[in-house]
Amino acid sequence: MRPLKWFVTAFTVVFLFAPLVVVAIVSINENRYMDFPPEGFSLSWYTALWTDPAWRNAIVRSLTIAVASAALAVAIATPFAYVLRAYRIRLAPLLYSLGILPFMLPPVISALGAQVFWNATGHVGRIENVIVAHAVFFSTLPLITISLAMETMDPSLREAAQTLGASPRQTFRTITLPLLVPSMVTGFAASFVLSLNEYIIAFLVAGFSVETLPIKIFNSLRYGFTPTVAAVAVVFILVAGAVFTLAAMYGNLLRFLGADPSIVERERPAGEAPGPAGEIVREPVGAGV
Amino acid sequence: MSERQAPRPRTYGVLAIPLAVLGVFFVVPFGMMVVTSFYQRIEGGFYEPALLLDSWRRLFSEVFLERAVFSIGISLLAGALCIAIAFPFTYFLTRMRRRPHVALLILVLSALSLSEVIVGFTWSVLLGRAAGISNILVWLGAMDEAAAYQPSFVAVLLGLSYIAFPYCVLTLYPSLTRLDREVTEAAQTLGASPWGTFWTVVVPISRPIIMAGFLLVFVFTLGSYLIAALLGRPEHWTLSVFISDQASFNANVPFAAAMAIFLTALSLAVVGLVVLIESRTRRLA
Amino acid sequence: MSVDARGGLELRGLVKRFGEVTAVAGVDLELPPGKLISFLGPSGCGKTTMLRMIAGLEPPTEGRVFLDGEDITDRPPHLRDIGMVFQTLALFPHLSVAGNIGYGMRIRGVDPERIRARVDELLRMVSLEGMGDRRISQLSGGQRQRVATARALALEPRLFLLDEPLSALDANLREQLQVELRLLQQQLGITTIMVTHDQREAMTMSDLVVVMQAGRVEQVGPPLEVYRRPSTAFVARFIGSTNLLEGRALADGRVRVRDVDLRVDGALQAYEGDRVMISIRPEETHLSLEALADGNALTGTVVFVRDLGEMFECYVDCGLDRNVVVAGSPRDRVPVGQGDRVTVRFPPEACVVVRE
Repeated sequence: MRPLKWFVTAFTVVFLFAPLVVVAIVSINENRYMDFPPEGFSLSWYTALWTDPAWRNAIVRSLTIAVASAALAVAIATPFAYVLRAYRIRLAPLLYSLGILPFMLPPVISALGAQVFWNATGHVGRIENVIVAHAVFFSTLPLITISLAMETMDPSLREAAQTLGASPRQTFRTITLPLLVPSMVTGFAASFVLSLNEYIIAFLVAGFSVETLPIKIFNSLRYGFTPTVAAVAVVFILVAGAVFTLAAMYGNLLRFLGADPSIVERERPAGEAPGPAGEIVREPVGAGV
Repeated sequence: MSERQAPRPRTYGVLAIPLAVLGVFFVVPFGMMVVTSFYQRIEGGFYEPALLLDSWRRLFSEVFLERAVFSIGISLLAGALCIAIAFPFTYFLTRMRRRPHVALLILVLSALSLSEVIVGFTWSVLLGRAAGISNILVWLGAMDEAAAYQPSFVAVLLGLSYIAFPYCVLTLYPSLTRLDREVTEAAQTLGASPWGTFWTVVVPISRPIIMAGFLLVFVFTLGSYLIAALLGRPEHWTLSVFISDQASFNANVPFAAAMAIFLTALSLAVVGLVVLIESRTRRLA
Repeated sequence: MSVDARGGLELRGLVKRFGEVTAVAGVDLELPPGKLISFLGPSGCGKTTMLRMIAGLEPPTEGRVFLDGEDITDRPPHLRDIGMVFQTLALFPHLSVAGNIGYGMRIRGVDPERIRARVDELLRMVSLEGMGDRRISQLSGGQRQRVATARALALEPRLFLLDEPLSALDANLREQLQVELRLLQQQLGITTIMVTHDQREAMTMSDLVVVMQAGRVEQVGPPLEVYRRPSTAFVARFIGSTNLLEGRALADGRVRVRDVDLRVDGALQAYEGDRVMISIRPEETHLSLEALADGNALTGTVVFVRDLGEMFECYVDCGLDRNVVVAGSPRDRVPVGQGDRVTVRFPPEACVVVRE
């Protein structure tokens, strides 16, 4: 079994890594032709990202859309998640399902719907269309992260605030909301990264007038090729990886992914505190009750 | 939070804003798409209001059925391929000591943050004639001449499996970390080899979650656009590509709309199935 | 002792139902100010629900709550002048120690200088000087408990409520904090209500113990009184251990147990022929090898002996439903072993008649 274990793991690692390695090599190849083994070392393709206005503009556009739509997505999701979890609302499960529906369906459906919608309004080919479409599509992510944070938040925290004299509104402002910030950040980061990478919605909604980075990459691949695309790919990988790592540092990575608590506990010393967002963690060693 | 409060009028006001946004920018567009599927197609990419079943009838045309069958087929294959690799991988992962365990998780998560267009691009390079696997093999002397493996069916299949892989691992992960260590130990004390234990104990116990992971990959790849567009010829296109093509270049939006609704129904059905399985799993856990 | 008479609590006819389940089935209590009162009972007896109704976190289904004569039943928790320590401690993870302790004052808009001074005072009070800037995650269990206490007492509330405050700590720390909390309460003279399922804790710390079961109050009284004179079989069993002897009431005020007529403590409030339960603590009984003239005794056979060093326990089969347990210090150890016939004496003043 042991050799099999190493084989499977190694194979998977190679499988996951291989494309990245190749692309990295191509991006530093001096030669324009993308051969392997690479001819020489050059960072010219990276500088092209800056100097070539077409690429630069596409990057700026994508970043703008990503930031705006991620912010909007969090703005939509936060009151939604909070109200559904803090109050007894009839049809809450149904409303929640509606909230996660956009993301659960194949993106082409949201894309087509958005295209039809904006065509009908006559407000065609504008960057705002893409921002709104992305915001709605990706709002599911902060909705899920914030709902999860609400579910795991120790209810005694709100009660403690009230016994200390905070009215419900003060409690929300000083206790609940600050404790939701990590999940809001995670939701923002996820929406940001996914928006940056998103193709089909951006294309169908305003693809001919708003050239985002993925659209430009796609067009480059179809109609003519430069290793600049490889440079973009590497930058993308690094940026996305960095954003994700930053977001993951806010909370306990293993626990956030749903690991069994006994595995999580090996990280913490005995007699422990609540999680950084007020989550209830297992009782410390030696607990009676 | 366990204790939910009673809502006040202002609460509904707060809820109404996101609901309104979702309503206007998701429900309405979706509704318009449904309506559009009944419209009359006009040359040049336009359409006018009508109540025709033309687009719906085309769902029974050979063109569509061929696309649909192919799409479903390749998604099923991608699901199988993903599970075949991801399940043993995740199982071994959960048994590892902390450091390799966390490191591998971060690797998987990093793969997750790659965009589909990047993945499509990198695989097109890897499977291409200029700078890919075949070039390495030629360099090593194992092959005479470089060959292009894309665009092809295999290329699309590999690409789909690659992007779905991290999601698959993350779905299996919570369940496999909870797999009682002592169950496998008990099997071994009863005489089962590690290999035998895996097949006669671990896999049967994990059947529901394997099913859920498989279906998840299925739905996910069903919705993929870029991989098929970048790594496949038109005969390798998935439904998403076909729909998008009809909506933009072939300019038959009503037909695209009808297909999109079909795809929605299919996806919802499968997602519903996954939810059902997961809830039953949770009840047993 | 404190002259302050704030914090007199009265509960009238309190009932709490959750759907089909009745958590509190009708409680009337008048509790004196300035004392430490324990609500003691097994899980599910309603003690936490009672505390939450006093705090205003749970509205009663029926009944009223009065504080110093004022009806506070409809007042929300943030207007009730209480300080509460929760079972999970509920310390705000995003605030420092000082931030937690000063929270109540900040909410009220107290001047930051005064908050700082008061926080320092409180930190000294709970022996955590200089730790104001620490984050909650850096503290040990005992330290966090103290922060929770300081936070609750910051605004000098009329009522200090504690919901199983020490249950998350290990045994040694618990005992130490029990004493600390009690001393603090006495020093401040604040009316304190504590919920616990640990009877040793209740006995250690309380002025008054309220024993509860199944949503009702079984007995209220000072710890020793509740121990020596349990009013019901439940209380007798829940606090410490006891022997319960079943018998029939006789006309002369004695109780016939098996074939012996036992005298009991106090006048027997029962009709002749009624079924009566007597409770007597193991350490009140005496073993003897000879038959006794006195008469308040049963003979039996020793079934099992436990010599625990600091004390011994002897299980004697006297022909009743259960073995009689005799306990005592090594000084009282009569040389008996398994199978020996002995006499167990029940001093009348230790035989308490209990309700069922």
